[in-house]
Amino acid sequence: MSEVAIVGVGCVGFRPITPELSYKELMFEAAVKAYEDAEGINPRKDVDVFVTCAEDYLEGFSIFDEFVPDQLGAALRHLFTVSGDGMLGLATAYMLIKTRQFDTVVVEAHSKASDILTYMDIVAFGLDPIFNRPLGGHPYYVAGMEMQRYMHDTGTTVEQCAQVVVKNKKNAIENPYAAYGSNITLDQVLCSDICFHPLKKLEISTPADGCVVMVLASENAAEKLTNNPIWVKGVGWCTETPNLETHDWTRAEYTRLAAEMAYKTAKISNPWKEIDFAEVHDLFAYKELQHIEALKLCEYGEAGKLTEEGITSLDGEFPVNPSGGLLGMGYGLEASGMQKLLEAVLQLRGEAGSRQILDAEVGLAQAWRGIPTATGVVAVLSNVK
Amino acid sequence: MSSEVKNEMFGKKRVAIVGAGLTLFRRNLKETGKELSYEAAKMALDATGLELRDMQSVVMGSAPDAFDGVHMKGEYLADGAGAYNKPYSRVFVGGGTGVFTPLAGWWHVASGQFDTCLVVSEEKMSSCYPHPQFAFTTIFDPILERPIGMNLVWIFALEMHRYMHKHNIKKEQIALVSVKNKRNALDHPCAQLGANITVEDVLNSEIMCWPVQRLDVSPTSDGAAAVVLASEDVAKEVTDNPVWIDGVGWCIDSTHWTNRDLYYPDYVECAARMAYKMAGIKNPPKEIDVAEPYDPFDYKELHHMEGLLLCKKGEAPKLTAEGVTQRDGDLPINPSGGLLGVGNPIAAAGTMKVCEIFWQLRGEAGKRQIPADPRTGLAQAWGDLMQYGSVIVLRR
Repeated sequence: MSEVAIVGVGCVGFRPITPELSYKELMFEAAVKAYEDAEGINPRKDVDVFVTCAEDYLEGFSIFDEFVPDQLGAALRHLFTVSGDGMLGLATAYMLIKTRQFDTVVVEAHSKASDILTYMDIVAFGLDPIFNRPLGGHPYYVAGMEMQRYMHDTGTTVEQCAQVVVKNKKNAIENPYAAYGSNITLDQVLCSDICFHPLKKLEISTPADGCVVMVLASENAAEKLTNNPIWVKGVGWCTETPNLETHDWTRAEYTRLAAEMAYKTAKISNPWKEIDFAEVHDLFAYKELQHIEALKLCEYGEAGKLTEEGITSLDGEFPVNPSGGLLGMGYGLEASGMQKLLEAVLQLRGEAGSRQILDAEVGLAQAWRGIPTATGVVAVLSNVK
Repeated sequence: MSSEVKNEMFGKKRVAIVGAGLTLFRRNLKETGKELSYEAAKMALDATGLELRDMQSVVMGSAPDAFDGVHMKGEYLADGAGAYNKPYSRVFVGGGTGVFTPLAGWWHVASGQFDTCLVVSEEKMSSCYPHPQFAFTTIFDPILERPIGMNLVWIFALEMHRYMHKHNIKKEQIALVSVKNKRNALDHPCAQLGANITVEDVLNSEIMCWPVQRLDVSPTSDGAAAVVLASEDVAKEVTDNPVWIDGVGWCIDSTHWTNRDLYYPDYVECAARMAYKMAGIKNPPKEIDVAEPYDPFDYKELHHMEGLLLCKKGEAPKLTAEGVTQRDGDLPINPSGGLLGVGNPIAAAGTMKVCEIFWQLRGEAGKRQIPADPRTGLAQAWGDLMQYGSVIVLRR
């Protein structure tokens, strides 16, 4: 009928700093790689729509799309900004192709975090200006409070949360796109500074620079552009509420609802059985556990145990964040969802090198927009139509 | 026409606007951005008889976060727009956002993903104190342009001058647009700057940056606008006279505005051609009965009429002088009063234009109703660094 496929991916980074590349050059390189990956598609002629995902404050300009068209080959063509995570760009591209008006859509998201001198001030500017921001403090205190609540309600332990860091950073060693891979021990995580009680320094992803560009195509176009299309079986997205006071502090409701939407389209009734691996948003270590539960990959409160038992490790029964996650790859800001998608595509194509999961057919990617939001996106991808 | 052919033309599902809502446009409203969003969304929903729980998705449009001093403004406004526990996203293409937001709503429904979509555009410029113009200084390239200390009025003065020079247009001809739109706005209950003025008033108003004078320019404003979109099945249940979104178009030109000839907006033509192709429109001046082109400055209405292929290049001032663009003319342009008259809360202003075409096509525009019994209408917005065009074609 009218399936949607990812037919080209390009990535630059992720690295702690990229002093030799401007944000435009990061985008250009990733775009060229993605176009080459899609049989050398010509953006000046063959791409119907371009979607860029960015937030003004992270760029240091107002109206960021002004500065986007040239390096993507999109001047005098059909481009726009989705002010959100790259995975919202995927959802948008998916819908555009489903209208049957467009065959090829390019999605771009990037991070030039090393250019931002006052990142935490920007995060603080995301807090409600009347009710929350005047309270002051470092905005990640919200994460500390949420982690505490999550552990209290589910019985998850600090060790279980810390184990996520050990696993992800180890996976990242095998990933050439990862900035912060390392072999660390549980003790090292547990002994790192407590930044926002009970959240520890090593449990917080460090920002990194990079860019991911993807080419999506309709079923007809996909067959001409690649031999190994990765099909988007379902996408879901949801905003729970922007109010810290009323969002669910234990369960990631936004992810549960987004997953329900994606699973419905993808006709998935038993995620644990029908999905082979997941890339979930781990800006903070406990978020990986919370998200695994919201995605219904396990029972509520069980994700910590699964992690402790090694079931979510690369060689476990259900690998989670084989890429190394954001803890290992580095946090790519609005590109963080694209980091998830990239790994899912590489795994499903069998191009994940030494971290390849054998016989992976269905993968899941999930994104969250960070503090203070309760917005998430879920996508189910497969190499089988 | 078989239903299959129709589907190929208009998307997987044909999409209708079934309700519209608009707040007052004012320089400084007491309501917060969330409250403005709520008011417009509530009014649009009430107009349809549908409730928030019937809305399967929500799209927000809002221009720079710099106005509000809030990072991720879309997230902040979500609950005001009704996006509690719903699929929600914000699109943003500078001044083009207001017409673009309904386009985003269109693909939510045309894709078959949702049957309904609530589209809300909001702008609260007054939060930027003392004047929102300061936020606009951050839209320029930080290395090449920002150090010059330029503002928006300067670059539009360049464009206006180039347009006047190329076609030998007099300021008197351009001022007629301001006179017409501000007078039209007297009939608009939400309008901020409706007025009976003369060409002389415009020419005698304060010079801001030659050739731009005070009365050539739209005001800064607070306000919100909303429309409810529905698939064909739902639309026919909800209303007897849906207004169909038959054409959508958008286009961006290069970042390097200094490298293009500013006398003509190629990107608007590109966006218009995209929308006309989808709507099957071959002869725009004949087939479009009423249009709301973007008019933040009076010359822009003329510039955009030409870019939209509603007349030949350089011909728009003549049509204006002949009264063709008046409400009772052959091609009514900005019967609402436009941005010059109703006001310019950036994203909300563009959606206000879509609301106006919706009301005109339904015959619900009250004192502003054009007498010609319009069947096809168009709204257009423009944005970024003289770079972006977004176009929507509506049919009754």
